[in-house]
Formats: sequence, C-alpha cells, structure tokens
Amino acid sequence: MKNFTYYRPTTTEQAVSLLEGRWGNTELLAGGTDLLALQKNYIAQPGRVVSLTGIAGLQTIVVGQQNVQIGAGVTLARIADHPDLRRLFPALTSAAGDIGGPQIRNMGTLGGNLCQRNRCWYFRDEHSPCLLRGGNRCSAIEGENKYHAIFTANHRCVIASPSTLATGLIALGATAEVLGPQNRRRTIQLANFFNAPTGPNDREHNLAPNEIVTGVTIPVRGLNNAAYEVRQKQSSDWPIVQVAVAFAGGRNGEKATGVKIVLSHVAPTPIIADGANRAVENRAITDAIAVAAGQAAVAGAKPLSQNGYKVRLVEVAVKRALTIAAGLPRYWEV
Amino acid sequence: MNEQETPNTEPSRREFVIAAGTAAASTSVLGLAVLDAPAAEVQGGAAVRAVGPGGVQVAFTVNGQKVQVTVEPRVTLLDALRNYLDVTGCKRVCDRGTCGACTVMIDGKVIYACTMLAVEAQGKQIRTAESLIANEQLDRVPAAFVNADAQQCGFCTPGFVVAMKAVFEGNANPTPAQVEKGLQGNICRCGTYEQMRDAIYALCNQKRGK
Repeated sequence: MKNFTYYRPTTTEQAVSLLEGRWGNTELLAGGTDLLALQKNYIAQPGRVVSLTGIAGLQTIVVGQQNVQIGAGVTLARIADHPDLRRLFPALTSAAGDIGGPQIRNMGTLGGNLCQRNRCWYFRDEHSPCLLRGGNRCSAIEGENKYHAIFTANHRCVIASPSTLATGLIALGATAEVLGPQNRRRTIQLANFFNAPTGPNDREHNLAPNEIVTGVTIPVRGLNNAAYEVRQKQSSDWPIVQVAVAFAGGRNGEKATGVKIVLSHVAPTPIIADGANRAVENRAITDAIAVAAGQAAVAGAKPLSQNGYKVRLVEVAVKRALTIAAGLPRYWEV
Repeated sequence: MNEQETPNTEPSRREFVIAAGTAAASTSVLGLAVLDAPAAEVQGGAAVRAVGPGGVQVAFTVNGQKVQVTVEPRVTLLDALRNYLDVTGCKRVCDRGTCGACTVMIDGKVIYACTMLAVEAQGKQIRTAESLIANEQLDRVPAAFVNADAQQCGFCTPGFVVAMKAVFEGNANPTPAQVEKGLQGNICRCGTYEQMRDAIYALCNQKRGK
C-alpha cells in the first residue's frame, strides 16, 4: 500500500479538524477491516490516515428510557452481545452477530459498517473500468453481476448496498449524529443517510468529506423487529439479500401498525419497501399476508443479466423477517 | 526439517531480514524528526501529532515480552510481527482479513493481524500461537489438534488454535457449537474440519455423535 502520514486524535473535534473538503487524500480509520483492504488493492491511496481508535467518546453505549445511543466506534461484537440491545433491537444485533467472523466483529465498528465502501468486484479491481474510480462506464452492467443490484432503474452504477446494520436501523427509525467543521452538529435520519454514487466524488453515504458520524440514536418504541439474511456462506461474507422489519403490535393476531420493511443488498442504497409496508399495515401477520408483502416488495425490480434469482430471494426474506418479528414459528428451521 | 541444524556461515534469510529492518530503523531518523516537529494541523483545540510517513517507534507486548519496533505507518501488525520481530506463528495468507491464518489475540480478543496497522497496536498485549507452549508443554488446545490429527499442511493451524484458545478463555465450558462459532473467521483449504471437530469434542469432553 502507498505510505501515509498517520494521526491519532483523542477528540472528535480534533479528528474533524484533520479532514479535508474533498474525498481521497484523507481517510478515516476505525477497525480498518475495509480501509486496509482498499489500500492494499490501491483503490484507496490516502496520503493521510486519521485514526478514530483513540477517541474514548466514540466507544459508549447508553441505554435510556426514550432512546439508545451507540457510539460510532463501538465494535460489532459489543453490539451483537449487548443484552439490552438484543432485547430491544434484534434486527440490529442479529445482523451484527452475522457479520464476518469473530475477528471482524472484534475489529469492525458501527460507524465503519455504515460508511464502508461497496463490494463490487469491478470497483475493487484497479484494472477494471468503474464509474466510481473515474472510468467512463460501469463494468457490472454488461459484466459479471450476479451479486449486484436488482432495483436498477435510473442507476448508472449498480452496486449492492453493503451495510447490514443500516437495514435494521432504518426500520427502527434511527438517526445518525454527525459532526462537521466549526463544531457543526447535525442529525440525519438513517433512511436519508445513504447515497447512490455515480462518480469518484461520491460516497455511498451523504456525509461531506469533512464530517464524521459520531454515533447512532435509536428510539425505544417497543417495536417488534427482526432481520433476515439470505447467504451463500454462513460466515466471512456479505449476504446476498437482507431484509429488516419493524412494527408495533403484530403478534398473537393483533394488527401490525407503523410497518417498516427495509431491503438491503438489492439496490445501491438500502430501500424502504413502501408497497410491502402497505400490504401489512393494519393487518394481523399471517402466512398469506407475509407472502403478499414479499410480492409487493419486488414490484419494480429490474434485475441484471445474472441476478434475476435475487427477486425470489427478496420475496422469501421479507416473508421470513415478518415471520420472526411476529413471533411465528420459523417454518424453515428443521 | 530444522533450520537450526543446518551449519550456516552465510546470513540466513531471517538474519538478513532483521538486518534490513535495523537498517530501515536507522534511516527512520527522518521519520522520527517528523514526530518531534510541531504539528501542522492546529485548528481549534490541541495539536494532533503527525506520525510518519517515515519510520515510527511502536511499543507493545508480544507473548508477555515487551518489544519495540520502528515501522512506517503502513506496516501491518502481521508484517511487524513476522518481518521485524521474528514472531512467525501468525501467517500471511490472504492478507485481506478473510482467511484467519494471521489470527492473534489482542487484550484477549481475536483479530486479524494483517488488517491492523502496527501503530494501532501501541501499548497492547498481543498473543500469538507461540504463547501456547510453555516448558515444552503444549497447551491443551494445540495438543488436541495433535491428538486428532487436525492438520494437513498446517499453515492455517496457528490461526485456528489461537481462535479456539480464545473461545475457551472466554468461556470455560463452551458447547462444541460455540467453539465452532469462534472459528467462523478461519479457513482450512486442506479441509481438516472433521478432525478439528474431533478435537473440539475432545476438548469439550463430549462424544461425537454420528
């Protein structure tokens, strides 16, 4: 990898003061599980690396009556194993526990999971044309695209959103706390956090190059929630399709309200499946309703040449995520 | 094959690497000078020291022994251990945080040494497979591997035994399934998983049911 100057600030303000107004020359380092691989492949070639691991304020989990705050530097293992988080937000903790293996979960962080770069093999191969690296075309649209987006309308770059924590966080109505220069703080709904990138000056999120995520706030509303992943490998990989759901009620024949069904790894950003939400809203969750929600979720899908199979996987994942959150038997587990 | 039995008047590859590392260290005065220079990045609040891009001194503990090494910021913990400190139990295989051959424990938790910068290990307690033998007595985890013949080429084994040891240190009575979960981040391309399962069941004092 290209050599760089390394900084290890101890406060978030110091970290922000080290950032620049453009992408590329200065990169943030937390667990390093994404950045170091990108550097070794010469996809990221920063001249400066700002480590966030010396900032104690990013490491806290605060469980309150109204909301839960998780610092951006909290590791995936701590999220997966936290008893209160497991009780309140299984959509988040089950996803955290399914990431990588123990080593990745001990290293990777919440902030890094939300801000990780996409997994497109053309993006990660320095020799392939790629819009996000300044190329004039997307290699995936005509190339090997079995793991790419199936919701492709109006997208010139067809990456699949990589974060598995975002999905549950969006369903739960979480917000990201962001710090910029001059101590400027803002709060972004996780639902508005992500961006479909089209060029080298874009990232997969909406942060400015000189902003950092300091943490995530999840409201405590007693929602039933769950996430379900369809995987090719049980560990050390990203899912092919992931669905998270959250709703009030919806158990023991009670109607589900405030239904949020979120899909990931099927479009350049996580997407809220409005049609599926409507299929479930104000209804008791039955097998038939869960199937209808799955069918509604894939309306508008435009798969690529090799990934039509993902449409069916989304239908099934929606059905299973609803089944788990409704407390119904997991019929697929023998 | 034992390197030490070979009469050797030429510098061995390893000695050469150590010598080269020392040479790099002596040229790193330039890098260290950067450390002492006033930090340029002073905007609102205390200055943050610029480290590198030349060599910087990092100190941590490896298998109970305090060590210091001078490395560029881009050097991974794995390369610092293997190429600068001659701690070669941890292996470099995928070098992308996937295969687990470089697994070490930091402050009791397993991590991929290939995916952590050496500068990030400043002050940490690192344990490698070398810590699993004392007075020629194998720890019970690698001993179970030996008894179950749970290796073929053996290249992944140091990573596997460290990952498995971490499970038993975190949980005195894990189930075989819990031990296997602790090995999710390691790959054996020879496919010795069945023998490893035998080792796991032996360590959990359980009979493997068929």
